[in-house]
Amino acid sequence: MKTNVREVRGVSILDLKGKITIGSGDVQLRETINKLVDSGKKNILINMQEVTTIDSSGIGELVGCYTSVTNKGGKLKLLHLPPKISDVLTVTQLITVFDVYESESEAVSSFA
Amino acid sequence: MRLSLSSRFENIEMAQHLCGKLLEGRDVSEETKHWILMALREGLANAIKHGNGQNLSKRVHVEMRVADDTLEIRIRDEGPGFDPRNVGDPLAPENRLKTSGRGIFYMKTFMDDVRFDRAAAGGMEIVLTKKLNASSEREGGER
Repeated sequence: MKTNVREVRGVSILDLKGKITIGSGDVQLRETINKLVDSGKKNILINMQEVTTIDSSGIGELVGCYTSVTNKGGKLKLLHLPPKISDVLTVTQLITVFDVYESESEAVSSFA
Repeated sequence: MRLSLSSRFENIEMAQHLCGKLLEGRDVSEETKHWILMALREGLANAIKHGNGQNLSKRVHVEMRVADDTLEIRIRDEGPGFDPRNVGDPLAPENRLKTSGRGIFYMKTFMDDVRFDRAAAGGMEIVLTKKLNASSEREGGER
């Protein structure tokens, strides 16, 4: 998985590309989010547009990241969920846990 | 089709590729194929991580076949086994935000049937089945 972090109006946008699966991307996601949190970032938006596959391990890491950011007083939201990843979140009722956006500008504004 | 895999996560994609080949030319939609391959991924990850504990001296045995328009995938590890009844419901409010415990739920969601057996040869065997033809999808067989 490839990651890129950019800052837009006080929001750290994490662009992910590739797979978030066991042994490939799951730990990397956790480490990237932890670095952002440790550096004091509180508003984090994960752009999932180019995520091709996620499995239960990747979902688990996503949930762990959500909890970790929330527990430190921050917010973690999702952007551009591909349909099949949305399905995977829906069947485990996690879709209701995350704030999900289709527009980057709307998502960034929502942190204000 | 029979495979004997070392307990490495890298082998999951090879098994998915071969399962995809097995399904080629059959009456199965891309949608159904996607969820079958996801269930296979979960079953293999479970066997490698929880069954064999990523012990490279232990193998994961996979058997995949299609008969009567039904795909059957058998995944057997060489671990101590577990009682699937002890796996918590990931939809329960107290489990909703846990970082693990969704793999079996996903397998059950994506396939028509998931069965757990203690294999005679040792280890745990997961048997995943899915009806492939399009008419079953219209009747609700699709994920």
